[in-house]
Amino acid sequence: MAATLPVTPYPAEERVTPQPRPPERQRVAPWADALFAVLAHGAAWLTLLLLAGIIVSLVIGAAPAIQKFGLGFLWSTDWDPVQEKFGGLVMIYGTLMTSAIALVIAVPVSFGIALFLTEMSPGWLKRPLGIAIELLAAVPSIVYGMWGLLVFSPILSTWVQQPLQKAFKGVPLLEAFVSGAPVGIGILSAGIILAIMVIPFIASVMRDVFEVTPPMLKESAYGLGATTWEVVYKVVLPYTKAGVIGGVMLGLGRALGETMAVTFVIGNMNQLSSLSLFEAANSITSALANEFAEAGDGLHQASLIYLGLVLFFITFVVLALSKLLLSRLKKNEGTRS
Amino acid sequence: MLNPLIRAALAAAALTPVLACAQDVTGAGATFPAPLYAKWADAYHKASGARINYQSVGSGAGIKQIKAKTVDFGASDMPLKDEELDKDGLVQFPTVIGGVVPVVNIKGIAAGQIKLSGQVLGDIYLGKITKWNDAALTALNPGVPLPEADISVVRRADGSGTSFIFTNYLSKVNAEWKAKVGEGTAVNWPVGAGGKGNEGVAAFVQRLPNSIGYVEYAYVKQNKMTYTLMKNRDGHFVPPSDDAFKAAAAGADWSKTFYQITTDQPGKDAWPLTNPTYILMYKTQDKPANASAALKFFDWAYANGDKAADDLDYVPLPDSVKNLVRKQWADKIKDAGGKAIAFK
Repeated sequence: MAATLPVTPYPAEERVTPQPRPPERQRVAPWADALFAVLAHGAAWLTLLLLAGIIVSLVIGAAPAIQKFGLGFLWSTDWDPVQEKFGGLVMIYGTLMTSAIALVIAVPVSFGIALFLTEMSPGWLKRPLGIAIELLAAVPSIVYGMWGLLVFSPILSTWVQQPLQKAFKGVPLLEAFVSGAPVGIGILSAGIILAIMVIPFIASVMRDVFEVTPPMLKESAYGLGATTWEVVYKVVLPYTKAGVIGGVMLGLGRALGETMAVTFVIGNMNQLSSLSLFEAANSITSALANEFAEAGDGLHQASLIYLGLVLFFITFVVLALSKLLLSRLKKNEGTRS
Repeated sequence: MLNPLIRAALAAAALTPVLACAQDVTGAGATFPAPLYAKWADAYHKASGARINYQSVGSGAGIKQIKAKTVDFGASDMPLKDEELDKDGLVQFPTVIGGVVPVVNIKGIAAGQIKLSGQVLGDIYLGKITKWNDAALTALNPGVPLPEADISVVRRADGSGTSFIFTNYLSKVNAEWKAKVGEGTAVNWPVGAGGKGNEGVAAFVQRLPNSIGYVEYAYVKQNKMTYTLMKNRDGHFVPPSDDAFKAAAAGADWSKTFYQITTDQPGKDAWPLTNPTYILMYKTQDKPANASAALKFFDWAYANGDKAADDLDYVPLPDSVKNLVRKQWADKIKDAGGKAIAFK
């Protein structure tokens, strides 16, 4: 690879004699400044106000359920609209588990994609590949859902679940993980579909931040005899970790909130009867999408809103954790390059 | 220069809203009759110029919207009890009859080859019968090659009138179902994977081997699904058909109240999973013009809409019931001054 030389530190254009001070400009309209300040402040406050409004209306909507079930809602697995007994553990578990599976798959794959595109890909392949990955993000989620149900889950059932069930027959814990009717829908297929959906987001953020790593740093590392992996691990990643974590969080946010695609492949089953990854389950968003329209006033609706509040809280915690992680990383970093 | 055709179209477009404003009627609710209401509304618009907007948002949402008075009529697959109607000052009337049909996907089994009883169907959905060659199933189906395979149970994931009919029937015929699960548009399903909407359940059943699900009759016909025979109250095994639904509806006594749940009705040919779908309106109308337009629409649909209903695999009401509904309109739906709303 032909190494580009580092840019000269002081380009000729910058070494010019200082200009005389420019003449003082007349303020055209002093009120315009004030107006702009008000508008900018207003825009910022509006967001906060909206956020507070959403939280307040969620809390009000969920109030009957909060009063009735309290925090016990979070670890109760009942979901019985007839008896009006509600608990959110099944959906909370489903949401967290599918998102976790999605990230476990999507982060390494996205990292590989971004790495290939920025460091290894031949120039002519970069653009078409990059565009193809961005196009994946433009596919409507319902298409992923249909594809997952009609094409992917039969494949998962015949080529993964059934062989695994045969292989793990009699093995204590592993057998439980793969048990269930061989239908190919459930937590694992929802997680895999989510992974496919969040890969373009994570990959394109990673690629963008990898690209802004100053070539000088990379070239220097290469010049010292570092391998591609060492350059990425010791130079690119430390330089871009904030962006990389941001990308992963973006993907996680998408996975937590995804509705349509999950509804198709998760099975929408409000029972937590086994640990199996192939068991039909439910997620918060899927339960909301399915049940909200038909839920009568009262506890059922309030419990659904309570679930929404829980999802809001989960997203908030995730966001807060990522900020915390970033600030800790920054502290350990010393001076930034 | 404008093409004369375009000019005519523009003129028509400019005029239409003026015409429509006078009689714009909105309704919202059940998804099950939505295709039929849309077809009726389209034909009615051509016949009379009045516009009916129907939002298919689900029965529960339809009930909510009519109670909030955001629509002129609500639609629900599940009838409201008379006390609840009186409490809110509502009236309800049926429009068409629908049937819910169990469907299966078993290799080598043709439509109508498997016989089920309510007890067995309930046990399958309770998770008590898990294999297709269970003794209870083979006893009902001697000579049918039922495989030794797990039953994949499929049901609705969203709350729905279809599920209400299904669970209402199971509650009537399976005591354990009634005690453990009960009836409703959404229940705590003991087993099974949930599909969203009739189309979701249909897709699941067609996709999953050895599965069983339940869908509206129209989906069975349009997708050519493998339906089962059901044992009715009189002990006969009947196939789902328009006549079987009509036979079930005929058994109900509509003269006292329209609160009729026509599942598990007596009659030699009656299909046990049958139920009408309903319209809800206020007794006292703040906007008599809209109410009148809505009633005119339903009156027109009763008179001229049977063909469209047949085409879409819904079952029209018997004429006697239609006349009872018209009588109820005249008796109960009034404007603020207590004058009956015109629908002719």
